[in-house]
Amino acid sequence: MLIVVAAWLALGLIGIARPRDLSLIARALFPASALMSLVLAALALAALGAAPQTLVLPLGLPDLPFHLRIDALSAFFLFVLGCGSAAVSCFSAGYFRSSAGTSPGLVCVQYHVFVAAMALVLLADDAYAFMVAWETMALSSFFLVITDHRLAEIRRAGFLYLLIAHVGAIAILLCFGVLQGSTGDYTFGGMRTVTLAGAWPAVAYFLALFGFGAKAGLLPLHVWLPEAHPAAPSPVSALMSGVMIKTAIYGMLRITFDLLHQPVWWWGAVTLALGLLTALYGVVFATVQTDMKRLLAWSSIENVGIIVSGMGLAMLFTAYGKPVFATIAMTALLYHTLNHAAFKTLLFLATGSVLHATRQRSLGRLGGLIHHMPWVAGAALVGTLALAGLPPLNGFVSEWLLLQAFLFTPSLPQSFVNMLVPLAAGALALVAAVSAYVMVKFYGVVFLGQPREPELAHAHDAGAYERTALCALALGCVALGLLPVQVISALDRVNGLLLGSTAGGHGGSWLLLAPIDPDRASYSPIVVLLVVVAVLLLTLQIVHRYYHGRLRVGPAWDCGFPLQTARMQDTAEGFGQPIRQVFEPFFRIERVLPGPDDAAPRYAVKVGDRIWFAVYEPIARAVDATARFVGRIQQGRIAAYLIYSFLTLLALLFLAR
Amino acid sequence: MTLTGTLSQLLQLAVALLVAPLLVGWINQCRAWLTNRSAPPLTLPYRTIVKLFHKDAIVASNASPIFRLTPYVVFGAQCCAALIVPSLATDLPFATAADAIALVGLFALARVFLALAAMDIGTAFGSLGARREMFVGFLAEPALLMVLFTASLISGSTSLPTIVETLGHRDLVIYPSLAFAGVAFTMVSLAENARVPIDNPATHLELTMIHEAMVLEYSARHLALIEWAAALKLFNYSCIGLALFVPFGIALGSNDWLAIAAATPVLLVKLAGGGLGLALIEMGSAKMRIFRAPEFLGTAFLLAVLGMLVNRLLGA
Repeated sequence: MLIVVAAWLALGLIGIARPRDLSLIARALFPASALMSLVLAALALAALGAAPQTLVLPLGLPDLPFHLRIDALSAFFLFVLGCGSAAVSCFSAGYFRSSAGTSPGLVCVQYHVFVAAMALVLLADDAYAFMVAWETMALSSFFLVITDHRLAEIRRAGFLYLLIAHVGAIAILLCFGVLQGSTGDYTFGGMRTVTLAGAWPAVAYFLALFGFGAKAGLLPLHVWLPEAHPAAPSPVSALMSGVMIKTAIYGMLRITFDLLHQPVWWWGAVTLALGLLTALYGVVFATVQTDMKRLLAWSSIENVGIIVSGMGLAMLFTAYGKPVFATIAMTALLYHTLNHAAFKTLLFLATGSVLHATRQRSLGRLGGLIHHMPWVAGAALVGTLALAGLPPLNGFVSEWLLLQAFLFTPSLPQSFVNMLVPLAAGALALVAAVSAYVMVKFYGVVFLGQPREPELAHAHDAGAYERTALCALALGCVALGLLPVQVISALDRVNGLLLGSTAGGHGGSWLLLAPIDPDRASYSPIVVLLVVVAVLLLTLQIVHRYYHGRLRVGPAWDCGFPLQTARMQDTAEGFGQPIRQVFEPFFRIERVLPGPDDAAPRYAVKVGDRIWFAVYEPIARAVDATARFVGRIQQGRIAAYLIYSFLTLLALLFLAR
Repeated sequence: MTLTGTLSQLLQLAVALLVAPLLVGWINQCRAWLTNRSAPPLTLPYRTIVKLFHKDAIVASNASPIFRLTPYVVFGAQCCAALIVPSLATDLPFATAADAIALVGLFALARVFLALAAMDIGTAFGSLGARREMFVGFLAEPALLMVLFTASLISGSTSLPTIVETLGHRDLVIYPSLAFAGVAFTMVSLAENARVPIDNPATHLELTMIHEAMVLEYSARHLALIEWAAALKLFNYSCIGLALFVPFGIALGSNDWLAIAAATPVLLVKLAGGGLGLALIEMGSAKMRIFRAPEFLGTAFLLAVLGMLVNRLLGA
C-alpha cells in the first residue's frame, strides 16, 4: 500500500519537473497512475479478508510517529478509492490538454498528492496522522478546484469550499480531543479503550457528524458542493464526488462504530432524520438545475443523504440490540457507497467528455448528442439508469436493501420510533422516485432530442482513454447490479468488524438475494434481466419472422405541425417546472415577468437555496460587522498599539495573580 | 424448478398476454353502456393490434436506437411483471426473482424508457408527455410502495405470493388498514394506467394528454407492442389489486393443475368486476388539471400512510 502511495507521489514529482510536457504527463504519468490504482484496489481486496495489520512510520514530529493500520473498514474504502482513481486517472490521460489555467504538470502533482492523501486518511491510525492527511486532502483538492483560477466565480467557489472544509476540520479536531478522554493518547487504539462518561460521547458524536458532514455535504453544510463541482475540471469533480465524499462516510463509521463502541438510539434517530432531509432537499434541488455538473452535485448531496440515513438506521438497530437488522442497514449503506462511487464517477466523467466536445455546461444548449457521441451516450445511459434506481442495475440493489431494513423496524421497542419509521420509508421512496425524474431530465436533455445549438453537429466522441474509463465504470455498475450476493459476502467482513455480525447466507443462493428468508423478501437481478432480455429477443424474433419488416424513415409527425424547431423541445427549466411548482416552499424563486406591453418580452426565473440566505448570509454579515468593529480599534498608530499591549499585560497580571 | 411449475408459469404468462387486451375491450364496452352509446366489439383491441402489425412502420429520421428499442424493453418488462404477479397461482418458479419492491422498480424501468423514447425525437409533444408522465410517476410511486408496505407488514413479507398466502388462505380476518390501502391503491392505479381523473385514454386533445403524447411518434409494430404492453400493465395492476385485497381463488402452489384450472375462470370473473368498477369510476369523474394531480396522489399517499399507522396502532 505504502509503495503505491510513494509511487503516486513520485509520479506527481515527475510531473512538476516537466510542467509543460503534456505528452509525457498524459501518455505516461496518468496511465501509470491508473495502474498503481488498480494495484491498490487489488491489495485492498486482499486486505478485506485478512487480519488487521499495523505499522508505525517514523515520520512527522519527534515523539509523534505516524501510526498506520489497515482493517476491513479501511480496506473497503481503499478499494473504492483504488477503483475510482483508476478510472479517473485513465480518463485524465485523455482529458487534460493545454489550457490557459494551471499547467498540466502542476495539475498532475496536485492530483497525485490528493489521491495519496486520501489513501493516508483511510490508513491513519492516530488523530495526528489523520488530521495531517485530512488537511492535505482538503488543500490539494482546493488547488484542483481552482485549476481555472482566472475566473472570479471559480475562485469564489474554491474559497467557499476551503472555508467549509476548515470549519469541518476544526470540529473533527475537537472531536478527537474529546475522544482521547484525559489520557493524552491520540492513537485510535488508545481511544478505543477509553470509556467516556456523561454527555461526552454525545458531544464527540455530534462533533464528528458536523465535521464529517461538512465534507460529505450534509444539510446545512452542503452549500459548497453545487459551487465547487461545476468549477473543478471534470475528472476532479468525479474524484471528489465519487471518492472524497466517501472518506467522510469512512470517518463517521470509524468514529461511531469503532471508536465510540455503542451508539445511543437518539443519535441514530437524529442522523436518520438529517439524512432523509438531506436526500430530499438534494434531489428536489437537482430537478431545477440547468447546469449539468451542478445537477450532478445536488444529486451527490441526495446520495450522501441516503447513505447517512442508512447509517442512522444501523445505529438505531444497534442501540436496540438488533444486530441482524443493523447488518442489513449497514450492508445497504456500504453497498450504496460503492454504487455511488461507480455511477457518479461515470456520470461526472461523461459530462467531462460532453464539455470537451461541445464547450457547453448549460443544459439549455445541449441535446441530441447520442448521434455524435454514441460511446459516451451508451455509458451514460447505464449510469443514468443506475442512479435512477432501476432494476437490474446497482442503484436499485442498495435502495431495495434499505427499504427492506425500514420494513423490519416494527420490532423496535419504542413505539413512537416505530410510528415514524414508516414515514421515513415513504420519504425514501419519494426520493427514489424524484431521482428517476432527475435522471430522465439529465439524459433526455443532454443526449436525446434535437441539438439546441448548430455547433453541436460538430461534437466528436471521446478518445480511447476516456472510452476505456467510461466503459469500465459502466461495466462496474452492471456487475454490482447483477451480483449482489457476491458483493454482500465481501461486505460482510466490514459488517463483522463494525457490528460483530454478518448478513451472509440467510437462505438465499448465489442467484437469489434474500437477506432474512426467501419467503420474506427476495430479489434476483440476473433472473429479472434474463427474463426481460429473453422476452425482448423472442418478441424481436417473432416480429421479424412473421412481420413483413417494412420500415420507412421520415420526418417526425408531431400531430402534423409543420414547423418544428429545436427550441420547441422542453428546456431544462421547462422539464423541472412541475417539481418547482410542487416543492415551491423549498426554493427561493426570483422571477422576471414581462409586462403586457413589452416590445421585447423577457421571462427569467432564478432559483436560489433558502439555506444560503437563511443561514450563511447572516453569518457572513455578522463576521463582516465584527471585522469592521475590530477594524475600528486598529488605528495604525504605534502609540495606540503600545497602549493595547500594556492593557493586555495588566489584565493578564491581574488574572494570573 | 419442476416441469409442472414451469408449465404453470408459462400458462400464467399466456393467460396474461391473451386476457390483457380483452380487459381493455371489456372496460370500453362498459364505458359505452354507461354513456348510452353502442359499444364497439369486445375484440376490438385484438383487431387493433393485428392491424398495427400489418402496417408499415415509420420512424422519424433523427430517432436513436433508444427509440426503436423501447417498445421491446417496455413489453419485456411488463411480461416479466406478469410472470411475477400471482394472478393464477402462488409459488411459481419465477416469483422469487422479484418481490413487491422490485416489481415497482420494474414498472419504473418501463416508464423511464418510455419517457426517454418520447424525448428522443425532440418534438414539443413528446417532451411534454415525458415530463408529465414522470411527474405523475414520481407522485404515484411512493404511494404505491406505501400500499405494498402496509400489506407486507401484515404478512411480514414483501414477496407477493407470501402476501397472498397470508391474506387469502387463513381464517377471514378484517384488516382495517387494508381498507385505507385499498382506496389508495385504486387511486394510484388510475394514475399509473393513464385512466380518467389523471389522463384520458380516449383523448387526442394535445394539451391534456399524457400517455398518448409520449407515444405519438410510434407507428405499426412499435405502437402495437406499446399498446399491448399498456394493456398488460393494466392487467398487472388489476392482478396486484386482486392479490392484495381479494386474494380468494388463487391456486396455492404451482403443481395442482385442477386448482390452476379453477383459478382461471375465477380470475376472469374478478377482472370483469374490476373492469366494471373502473368504468364506473371513470364515468363518475372528470379529468382534472395536471396540477391537481399532486393533491389527488398526495391523498392516496396519505391514505396509504394512514393504513400503515392503523396497522401499527391496532396491530392488524
